Amino acid sequence: MKRIGVLALQGDFVEHIALLRRLKVEALSVRLPRELDGLDGLIIPGGESTTIGRLIKEYDLMAPVRGLAREGFPIMGTCAGMILLARRISDINVEPLGAMDIDVRRNAFGRQVDSFETDLEMPVIGEPPFHCVFIRAPFIEMVGDGVEVLARLPDGTGVAARQGNMLALSFHPELTDDLRLHEYFLRIVPGDRER
Amino acid sequence: MDKGTWTVKAGLAQMLKGGVIMDVVTPEQAKVAEEAGACAVMALERIPADIRAAGGVARVADPSLILAIMEAVSIPVMAKCRIGHFVEAQMLEALGVDFIDESEVLTPADESHHIWKHDFKLPFVCGCRDLGEALRRIAEGAAMIRTKGEAGTGNIVEAVRHMRAVMDEIRKIGSMTTDEFVAEAKALGAPLELVIEVHKAGRLPVVNFAAGGIATPADAALMMQLGAEGVFVGSGIFKSSDPEVRARAIVKATTHYRNPEIIAEVSKGLGLAMPGLDIKTIPTEELLAPRGW
Repeated sequence: MKRIGVLALQGDFVEHIALLRRLKVEALSVRLPRELDGLDGLIIPGGESTTIGRLIKEYDLMAPVRGLAREGFPIMGTCAGMILLARRISDINVEPLGAMDIDVRRNAFGRQVDSFETDLEMPVIGEPPFHCVFIRAPFIEMVGDGVEVLARLPDGTGVAARQGNMLALSFHPELTDDLRLHEYFLRIVPGDRER
Repeated sequence: MDKGTWTVKAGLAQMLKGGVIMDVVTPEQAKVAEEAGACAVMALERIPADIRAAGGVARVADPSLILAIMEAVSIPVMAKCRIGHFVEAQMLEALGVDFIDESEVLTPADESHHIWKHDFKLPFVCGCRDLGEALRRIAEGAAMIRTKGEAGTGNIVEAVRHMRAVMDEIRKIGSMTTDEFVAEAKALGAPLELVIEVHKAGRLPVVNFAAGGIATPADAALMMQLGAEGVFVGSGIFKSSDPEVRARAIVKATTHYRNPEIIAEVSKGLGLAMPGLDIKTIPTEELLAPRGW
């Protein structure tokens, strides 16, 4: 059974864990560096990126997660998780992991009154379109070489990207009943700790 | 693109989980809170301990103060309106705060009716003392619940009472058979559909935080272990002798609420907690929790 860690410093990690368990995957919460041992993949959930970013530093998770990312370890980030995976972000309140070659703008659509939901085409998961929930969400401003944009808003704004084994989403598949993006991530994860 | 939907309203509350929401009365305090790792701030003119001391009518904060706090930080900003004062709530929505707290800490504007919160694009959080009160607020459109505790006291006893009441009732409904639901809904004064939802999910239909009396990292972890999904800290931080250090410690204890070693570590040398009040010494008419129904 694949063993996936969900960073549980703050945010909606319980929703990710529940979704992974529906997919018959062993899902564990990660709050300390030693809890990264023996995992096949990691999810950085939605939440408040300043809070999660601060706790990543305070509990010495920055270096080990960066190290894993360099080795090609599968990591998926949703919303705050995308911000933390980015190379560069639009403000100085958060120090990102710099794992993916993307520039990300925080609270890019505005405040809570501008939070929204919409259906988006995502060729990597096929039909039907994915129902995407954006909450004070970030978007991708720029991508480097080797980054594939997986979903765009009608105006062309990038809201999902993959680079190697890393996946970043502006929105929250964990707030829906649609398991396809978690299944897509699990296909990136090598089976039964072959790693 | 649909804005102001139930999913995005309840969803913002889900993003706050595992976090600490701190009361602040100036942009400087808001920055201290953000820097300490608060997942949101509550913008107020006075913290509950000072509202309690000052007496008189407590109303929505000055919009210029709320805007200055929104300007100062990038985390979500909440603000309080009086119970039933839907125009104060409309004002807060127009200002563009992220979350509205229809709060018993301010003087109620209506003793019979709470705000019909479904009419708003912004999410609301409301206080409760038991499950019936929580479900009535959810029926009116609250996207998040907090147990009331007794604000401005630095005394955790009421917060514990209210959280235990909610969790005990949820467990009780979880073990009920279908023929008991209607009588239970009647007893709780709550909609039947929500009672059935609680039975099926084994939890409230929305996120539930603890509030009212949290003053130490151990208080925060206690509320988390009792079932809270995050905590509000009002007077507890900025009425203590070293707010920065205490704020950081409470954030860490909330994340690591099941780790006694970490809670002990972060509790070292915090300086003085807020003095605190024995609930029994507060005249009944000055208690905040019985406001609202």
